[in-house]
Amino acid sequence: MLSLLYLIPLLPLAGFVINGLLGKRFLSKRAISVVACGTVLLAFLLSLGAVFSLNNLDSVASVPGHLEVDQAAKRVTLTAAQWLSAGAGADGAAFTIPWGFTLDPLSAVMLLVVTGVGFLIHVYSVGYMAHEEGYWRYFAYLNLFMSMMLTLVLGSSFPVMFVGWEGVGLCSYLLIGFDYHKDSAADAGKKAFLVNRVGDMAFVLAMSWIFTAFGTLGFAEVMSQVGRITPGVAAGIGILLFIGACGKSAQIPLYVWLPDAMAGPTPVSALIHAATMVTAGVYMVCRCSALYLQGPAALTVVAVVGALTALLAATMALRQNDIKKVLAYSTVSQLGYMFLAAGVGAFSAAVFHLMTHAFFKALLFLGSGSVIHAMSGEQDLRKMGGLKKVLGITYPTFLIGTLAIAGIPGFSGFFSKDEILWRAFGHENVHGLGGPGFWLVSVVAAGLTTFYMFRLVFLCFFGEGRMDHETAHHLHESPRAMTVPLIALAVLSIIGGWVGIPKSLSLGADLNAFEHYLAPVFEPATGAAVGGASHGEVAAGAAAHGGGGLGLELLLMALALVVVGSSIALAYRLYRSHPEIPERLARAFPTLANLLSNKYYVDELYHLAIIRPYVLACRGLHGFDVRVVDGTVNGVRNVTVGFSHLSRYFDQYVVDGAVNASAHLTRALSLGFRRIQTGMVQGYLTLFVFGIFAFVSFFLFWHR
Amino acid sequence: MDAGLAIFYFFAALAVVGGVMMITRKNAVHAAVYLVLTFVSIAAIYILLGAEFLFAVQVLVYAGGIMVLFLFVIMLVNLEEPRRFSGGRLRLVTSSVVTLLLFGMLARLFGRTAQVAGPPAVASTGEGNLQLVGVLLFTDYLLPFEVVSVLLLVAMIGAIVLGRPRA
Amino acid sequence: MAIPESHLLILSLALLTIGVVGVLVRRNVIIILMSIELILNAANLNFVAYSTHWHNLTGQIWGVFNITIAAAEVAVGLAIVISLFRNRETVNVDEMNLMKW
Repeated sequence: MLSLLYLIPLLPLAGFVINGLLGKRFLSKRAISVVACGTVLLAFLLSLGAVFSLNNLDSVASVPGHLEVDQAAKRVTLTAAQWLSAGAGADGAAFTIPWGFTLDPLSAVMLLVVTGVGFLIHVYSVGYMAHEEGYWRYFAYLNLFMSMMLTLVLGSSFPVMFVGWEGVGLCSYLLIGFDYHKDSAADAGKKAFLVNRVGDMAFVLAMSWIFTAFGTLGFAEVMSQVGRITPGVAAGIGILLFIGACGKSAQIPLYVWLPDAMAGPTPVSALIHAATMVTAGVYMVCRCSALYLQGPAALTVVAVVGALTALLAATMALRQNDIKKVLAYSTVSQLGYMFLAAGVGAFSAAVFHLMTHAFFKALLFLGSGSVIHAMSGEQDLRKMGGLKKVLGITYPTFLIGTLAIAGIPGFSGFFSKDEILWRAFGHENVHGLGGPGFWLVSVVAAGLTTFYMFRLVFLCFFGEGRMDHETAHHLHESPRAMTVPLIALAVLSIIGGWVGIPKSLSLGADLNAFEHYLAPVFEPATGAAVGGASHGEVAAGAAAHGGGGLGLELLLMALALVVVGSSIALAYRLYRSHPEIPERLARAFPTLANLLSNKYYVDELYHLAIIRPYVLACRGLHGFDVRVVDGTVNGVRNVTVGFSHLSRYFDQYVVDGAVNASAHLTRALSLGFRRIQTGMVQGYLTLFVFGIFAFVSFFLFWHR
Repeated sequence: MDAGLAIFYFFAALAVVGGVMMITRKNAVHAAVYLVLTFVSIAAIYILLGAEFLFAVQVLVYAGGIMVLFLFVIMLVNLEEPRRFSGGRLRLVTSSVVTLLLFGMLARLFGRTAQVAGPPAVASTGEGNLQLVGVLLFTDYLLPFEVVSVLLLVAMIGAIVLGRPRA
Repeated sequence: MAIPESHLLILSLALLTIGVVGVLVRRNVIIILMSIELILNAANLNFVAYSTHWHNLTGQIWGVFNITIAAAEVAVGLAIVISLFRNRETVNVDEMNLMKW
C-alpha cells in the first residue's frame, strides 16, 4: 500500500486531465461528477490505507532507492521518479531532486483532512454547481487543486512541496476567477495570485538559502542537520519561509486577498480558503519545526504576527455585512491562532486546530452556501432573517459549526482552541509580552469570534425575514447533495476534537491521542525542543511558578468560557432583543465604526503605497517604450522606407532606364536599318552591283 | 590601221551610242529603236569575227523577234511618264559611281591580264561556219539543245499563263 | 585584220556597264528589261570574241543558247509586265514596292 503513495496525488490529476480534455463536449454532468468525486474518494481510501500501514511500520521493509522506512521517526519516503539532477557535486555526488513523497504522522493527518473534507466538498459542489455552464471546468480545476494540495502535503523535499505550493496558488486563481465574466471575480483572482507571489518569492529565497546552508533540499536531510547552522541563519530562513506562509495563509500583511476571494463559488471558498490551501502555510511551518526551533527568533515573529492577525481580523469581522466576508475574516483570524500555536512551539496544537478548523469552517462555508442558495443568490446579512424556519438541515448544522468555532465545550473547536490558549500562556520565551500576554490577546480574539459568529447566526436565522417577496417566495432547503456533507461535517465538528482531550479534563487518563500521534514528528530524538514545551511540561513549569498546573489550566479554561458566554449574551442583546443598539453605537462612535467597516483602510493603503507608484512606473516605462524604443524602431523604419524610395528611384530611372534605353536603341537602329528595305528592286540591285565589285576586287587585287 | 579594225571601231561606237541613247530616252519606243540599232551593230561585229550563224540568229531573234515583242508591249502599255529616272538624285549618283567603279576595275583587269590559254584550237576544216555550228549542235551539244527547246516550250506556256487576262 | 582581244573585251564591258546603269536608274520596267537584254548581249559578245581568238566554236554554241534563253526570258518577263500593268495600271518600278517594310 505504501508504495502506492504516489497514486494519491496522481488520481485527482487524472481526474483533471479527463474532465479537462473530455468534459466540455463528451461527458455528461453525471459522468463529470463521478470522475471528479470518484478520484478524490479513491485518494481518500488510499490515504486511509496508507495511514493504517504507517501504524504497522514494522511489517514494511525498506526498498533502497525506492521506499525508505524510518521506524524511529515513523516515516516512510517513497521515491517515485527522478526529477531534477545537475552535474557532479563537490564530493562526486550529483545534485538531484527526486519526486519523493513522505508519509509520517503529520502528513497523514493532513492527507486525511484534505482528502476527506475535499471529498465532502466535491459532493456538495455537485449540488451547488448543478446549473453551471462551466461544470466540467469547475471540477477539472477542483481536481487539479486536490492533486496539487496532496503533492504539497506529501512532498519529501522543498522543491516538490513548492510545486504543490505554486499549483494550489494557480488553482486558487483559476477557481476564484471561475466566473470570469464577473469583474469582481476576475480581479479577486488576480489579487490572490499576485499577493501570493510576494510570499512565493520569499519562499524561493528561503529555498536558496537552505540549499546554500545545507547543500540539500530534502526535508529529512535538512531537519536532521539543523544543529549545524547558527540560530541567526535558522531564524533568517525561518522568517523568509514564514513570509511565504503569510502569503499563502493570509496573515498580516498579506491577508488582503482572502476576503476578496469570496467572489468565487462558495464550495471553493470552503475548500481552498478555509480547509486546505490556507493551511498550507501552517503545515509548512510545522514541517520545518526543527528549523524553527533552532532559530527561536523566527518563532517569536511567527507567534506575534499570528496573535496580531487573530485579533485584528476578528475586529474586522464585526462590521461585515456579507455572510461570506464574515467567514473570510474569521478564517484569517483562526489561521492567526494556528500560527500563534506554532510560534510558541505548540506544533501539534497548531495541527490539531488546523484539523478541527477544517471541519467547522468548511461546515460554516458550505452552510452559508446553502443559505445563499436558498436566498437565490443574496449574500447580505441585512436582507436575511428567520431562515431557521425554512432551512431545517442547514440551520442546525450551521449552529453546530458556530458552537464549534466559539469553543463551546464538547465541540471540537473547544479542545483545539483551549490547547492553544494553554500553551500560549505557558510560553516563557518572549520579551515584553510574556505568555500571559499571548493568552490575553487570544482570549479577546476568542470573545470577538464568538460575538461576530453569533451576530451572523442571529441576523441570518432568527427574527423576521427582511428579504423582498420574490426571494421569500423561493426560500427552500438545499438538495441532498448539499445537505449530506453538511451533516457529515457537523458530526466531525463535534467528535473531531475528542482525539485531543487534555489531561486536565480527562480525569487523569491520558486521552490526548492526537499529541501522541504527532510526537514522532515534533519531538525528535536528536534535538530537544528549545523554548517550546509539551503539554505536560507547561504544567510542570506552571507548577513551579506557583499555582497548581492542573488547577491553573482549569481556571484559564473557565475564564475563557466566561468570555465566550458573555459574548453570546452580548450578541443576543445587540442583534436579537435590542436590534437598534448597533445603530446607536455606530452613530456614537462614527470613526471607530467606519474604521472597522472599511477594514482599517488597509487595501486603500496598499493601493496608495504600492500599487499607484508601481502603475506610475509602468506608465513611465510605457512612455519610454513608446517614445524611445518605438521611436527608434519607427526611426529605423523611416530610414528603411527612405532607402527603399531611393532604391525605387534607382530602379525606376537607372535600371529601367537602361533597359528602356536598350529597347529604344534597338528601335532606333531598326528604324534606321529598315529603310534599307525599300521594296525597290533597283536599290537592291545597286547594292548587288557594289557587292560584285567588292567581291571581285577583293579576289583580284588582295587575295593573291 | 586596216579596214577591218576601222569597221570594227565604227560598229563598236554605234553599239555604244545606241546603248547610251537607249537608256536615256524618255520615250520607250525611241529606246527600243536604239536598242535595235545596238543589236544590229553587234551582229555586224559578229560577222567581223567570223560568226555568221550567230549574226543571222542575232538579227532574226533579237532584232526581229525580241524587239518586236518589246514594241508590242510598249504599245500596249502606252503611258507617258513625266520622269525618266527612278529614285532620287542620290540613286542616280550612287548607281553611276558604283557602275563606273565596276567598269574601271574590270577594265584594268582586262587590260592587264596575260593572255589566258583557252581550250585547244580546232583545226579549221574549210567548211562554212554554219555547217560547223550545226554539226556541233547535233553532236556534242545535243542535250543542251534539246533542253533549251523544252525551255522554250515552258517559257511559252508560262508567258501565256501569265499574260492571260484575269477571268 | 584580227581585232585585238582587249578591244572586244572593253567593248563588251562598256555595253555591260551601260546595261547595268540602265537597270539601276530607269523607272520604266520595260526599259529595264531592255537593259537586261543589252547586258546579255555584252556577254554574248564576250563569248564570240573568245571563240574567235581561241579558234574554238564552243563560244558560238554558247552564244546560240544564250540568245535562246534570252528570248524565253523576255517572253515570260513581258508577260509579267503585262500582268503587273493590269493590276497596277503602271509600269513605274517605283510604285512596285510591295516588299517595302
